[in-house]
Amino acid sequence: MKPPPFDYHRPSSLGEALDVLAGTGEDGKVLAGGQSLIPLLNMRLAAPAHLVDINRLTDLAAVEEEPGGLRVGALARHSRVERSARAAEVQPLLGQALRLVAHPVIRNRGTVVGSLVHADPAAELPAVLALLGGSVRLARRGGTRDVPAAGFFTGPLESAAGPGELAVSAFFPALAPRSGTAFHEVARRHGDYALAGVAALVGLDDDLRVSVARVACVSVGPVPLVADVVGACGHRPPASADWAGAARAVQDRIEPETDIHATADYRRHLTGVLAERALRDAAREALHA
Amino acid sequence: MTTKLFGEPVQRREDPRLLTGRGRYLDDLGPDALAAAFVRSPHAHALIRDIDVSDALDVDGLVAIYTWEDLPDRLAEPLPLLIPHPALTHGRTAHPLARERVRHVGEPVVMVVARDRYLAEDACALIRVDYEVLKPVVGVEEAAQGARLVHDDVPGNVGAHLVQEAPAADGRDARELIEDAPHTLAFRLDVERSASMPLEGRGVYARWDADDSSLRVYSSTQTSTSVRMAVAAKLGLPLPKVEVIAPDVGGGFGVKIVHPWPEEVLVPWAAMLLGREVKWAEDRREHFISSAHERAQVQFVRVGFDDDGRLLGLEVTILHDHGAYTPYGIIVPIITSTQLPGPYKLGAYRVEFSSVYTNTVQVTPYRGAGRPQAVFCMERTMDRIAAHLGLDRTAVRAANFIQPDEFPYDQGLTFQDGRPLIYDSGDYPESLRMLKELIGWDAFPAEKERAAAEGRRIGIGVGCYVEGTGVGPYEGGHVQITSDGRVHVSTGLTSQGQGHETVFAQIAATELGVPLERVSVVTGDTRRFGYAVGTFASRAAVMSGNAIALACRKVREKALRIAADALEADPRDLEITDGMVHVAGSPGAAIPLATVAVLSNPLRYAFDAEAARATQFAGASSPDRPPVDEGEEPGLEGRDYYSPIRSTFASGMHAAIVETDPLTAEIRILRYAVVHDCGNLVNPMIVEGQIHGGVAQGVGGALYERMVYDGHGQLLNASFMDFLMPYATEVPKVETAHLQTPSPLNPLGIKGAGEAGVIPVSAVIASAVEDAEGIPITRMPLSPSELFDLRRAAS
Ligand SMILES: Cc1cc2nc3c(=O)[nH]c(=O)nc-3n(C[C@H](O)[C@H](O)[C@H](O)COP(=O)(O)OP(=O)(O)OC[C@H]3O[C@@H](n4cnc5c(N)ncnc54)[C@H](O)[C@@H]3O)c2cc1C
Repeated sequence: MKPPPFDYHRPSSLGEALDVLAGTGEDGKVLAGGQSLIPLLNMRLAAPAHLVDINRLTDLAAVEEEPGGLRVGALARHSRVERSARAAEVQPLLGQALRLVAHPVIRNRGTVVGSLVHADPAAELPAVLALLGGSVRLARRGGTRDVPAAGFFTGPLESAAGPGELAVSAFFPALAPRSGTAFHEVARRHGDYALAGVAALVGLDDDLRVSVARVACVSVGPVPLVADVVGACGHRPPASADWAGAARAVQDRIEPETDIHATADYRRHLTGVLAERALRDAAREALHA
Repeated sequence: MTTKLFGEPVQRREDPRLLTGRGRYLDDLGPDALAAAFVRSPHAHALIRDIDVSDALDVDGLVAIYTWEDLPDRLAEPLPLLIPHPALTHGRTAHPLARERVRHVGEPVVMVVARDRYLAEDACALIRVDYEVLKPVVGVEEAAQGARLVHDDVPGNVGAHLVQEAPAADGRDARELIEDAPHTLAFRLDVERSASMPLEGRGVYARWDADDSSLRVYSSTQTSTSVRMAVAAKLGLPLPKVEVIAPDVGGGFGVKIVHPWPEEVLVPWAAMLLGREVKWAEDRREHFISSAHERAQVQFVRVGFDDDGRLLGLEVTILHDHGAYTPYGIIVPIITSTQLPGPYKLGAYRVEFSSVYTNTVQVTPYRGAGRPQAVFCMERTMDRIAAHLGLDRTAVRAANFIQPDEFPYDQGLTFQDGRPLIYDSGDYPESLRMLKELIGWDAFPAEKERAAAEGRRIGIGVGCYVEGTGVGPYEGGHVQITSDGRVHVSTGLTSQGQGHETVFAQIAATELGVPLERVSVVTGDTRRFGYAVGTFASRAAVMSGNAIALACRKVREKALRIAADALEADPRDLEITDGMVHVAGSPGAAIPLATVAVLSNPLRYAFDAEAARATQFAGASSPDRPPVDEGEEPGLEGRDYYSPIRSTFASGMHAAIVETDPLTAEIRILRYAVVHDCGNLVNPMIVEGQIHGGVAQGVGGALYERMVYDGHGQLLNASFMDFLMPYATEVPKVETAHLQTPSPLNPLGIKGAGEAGVIPVSAVIASAVEDAEGIPITRMPLSPSELFDLRRAAS
């Protein structure tokens, strides 16, 4: 469990980093917190010829409020965002999700943006970005583009970030007024990747009826699955909305698979249970917002 | 005994060192040593057609590549079968490096030595082994069918087959009694594979001293003395020229008692050949696929009983999966079949096992060593009987208990050490009474009802076990008091974090009447003690503890004799307190043990103040007698051995309350209670720590851990990501109570405690989940996904 040989680059500016990435192209890999990449290297499941360590690019550690949301820089660690009071106010779902990501020591190193680029279908943050309709900003030498969540996650462990590109930040839209969020999951052990998990967003209109009801599910498909269930739960006050019906609608949309930890049937069942719990909790939050 | 340290909850002396990162584990040693790495088979069953190393030769820093063809003489032979048994008619062991054929994924094929481990792995990646892949045998039932063979010369894949019968007092056998019983039940039980999984893997570091023709080997082992003998024999070295040391060892739990591992002979061999230090530290993936597993069994049970749930006859047929090889014999299924009776009188008992080969990692003892399976079987049977008769589960157990006045109790079986299975002591009714009180057994039905009213499902479970501990043949202890008053204790068996440095020091300090701080303890270092068996079978405290006590008594006697001379007193009037020998009742007449140590040696160069002072005590030696009299030795030291006639039997009972989520089927342990009897407690805090760790591993076996092999013999979860060892967050707080029924078999009256905690946990959790869910639980571990399936099947 030692990595194969690679060249190590540690640029000290964004420009330098983009130059190195442009030079290494397909053969280059960004090293952020290393919490996913280093195990892959040690197990020789990945063998990039060049590692580009971005840990010196401290400018990218910022977590900043922007009009309409929160911008999280590529070097912002999970723990930093989890503890940020500003982040909790602008978009509480981030904190709700981060508490479920791994363990404190891993959150101290792992980055939010790294988690998005890594695009593990069992990971919480891709589901958050997908549910909220956020975006990832990708820089390359000579240009920058914003890729919306809907186009960013392209498959299991595959994202739109291409060779030569560095994800410099991610944008998470703010929580709208009279809206609430919740994240529920079941993992085999505390901090493990979830067997199934559901992030929910519920918004109410001026009459306090449900006008937005959306979930994102983890571990039940190749990419985070977003389902709009406002139709299924009905344009009603939260207390009389058909959350069970909404959960069934979610169950119909997902394509879980059997693995060594759980059967597809169980995952489908769990997703239903968790969707109902998350939607109810999100609706309660919305009422109190 | 004047300094009472025996029985005190003394803080572990090793902890400051281990907890502040000053432990010295195998991979902390030899930073400049060459590194070994292995090419291991990617196939479960294959013939090796060709090994092409040519590409690897270009790797910068490569030192050597070895295959089986390179191995000389005795190294080229199969590794030893450590524990033969007449029933093991087809024992097979592996070669250190595969010869012509591989029989499980992970079997070592090529050894590479390079400047560092990175380069060694780079070279490994470039070695091309051409395999002819064969269809593997996976799973105990497929193996038992015998359609395909793991070893061509082992028909039906059966390595061993053993029947033991313990007929009833009137001579009738189990089958007969079951036929005639008023009630009978028959069912099948399944236990999955798990493994010891010490956080530190195996590891070996060897230094060859060419000038001295001597070899020093450090191994992360549970038996340095036996590794030493194996290395000397395999490499053809004189035993005195080989030293083996177990440094700090980060857990063993059984897997490190196996010896010699291929790496334990190959690494020293390479070090000799190359004249360089060589080290190999196992990584996690290697540990999963190349060391050892345990637990997997299928059990078929038939039981006959009366209206009170009293057992009349029990028949158990066990299919045991021992993996691809049997270096450690059939200890595990023997223990399962002989410890199955637990604290009960069975009427008549018949147990039969077949131990079969599969193309998987070999199976050797893991903490509990066959007992968790045994207790699962017996305790599931008790619960079945209770359910069948509508009786309280503890009442059925109580109806079958061996009573306190029935010891010694002969179960009529032959135990793992080849000796009769005779329980020496215990008090099972009292143990159950204490447990029921601790967990609140009688109040639970009301609690359950209240929970149900809130829509919650809770259940309570119970499990009892008896554990043979402290198996022989012997352990020794050496104790020396030096002229600075320090006490040096050594014993040959090794430590893997159990707290031996503390417990053995407590025993020595108590026996000798010295402060604990003056006692130092060395274990597992053949330079200090050459004869030992090893640390397994909950034997260290019983065996080395008693040996050290006996050695201390020898030293004490000598000290009193010398002090009596000096003080002109009768040795029978002397006591030792706080390191001072004094006349009882007259504190003025005293002499420090340090001085006694000087007096014990007629050579009294005044290297230190103590020696100078000692001269005032030294009477003129008699001109008619030699300075070292006949039968005497210079120095204040003693060595003794403890060798028991048979094992001593500890026991315990556990209970748990679990909650199952009606929707998600998650299982949570709300409370966990343990009543434990290991005889006299040397250190209750350390015993509790052992129990906590054992319970934690038991929770792993009950709810989380399994080795998932696919049909190709690939281990699908060979990492801590997917092999689910419980974290602290999954392990409940353990509530403990101690019962102390001293063992009459040894001077200190102690029984073993190391493995205890893990033994009944699967049985207890199954019992509790069954109570919560009302669905029979017949296999462990149990995941939420499986509970979900069981619910669906039941509804
Ligand atoms: C034991 C354990 C448990 C875990 N449990 C969970 C869990 O429950 N939920 C969860 O979501 N995650 C979990 N993780 C993963 C963790 O959250 C990681 O931190 C995260 O997946 C990746 O972030 P990182 O900064 O460590 O990325 P790295 O490991 O450094 O990189 C991961 C991948 O992303 C790429 N990358 C990273 N940053 C950039 C960038 N700025 N631009 C372009 N490419 C980039 C890398 O090249 C690499 O391919 C766990 C990890 C461990 C070790």
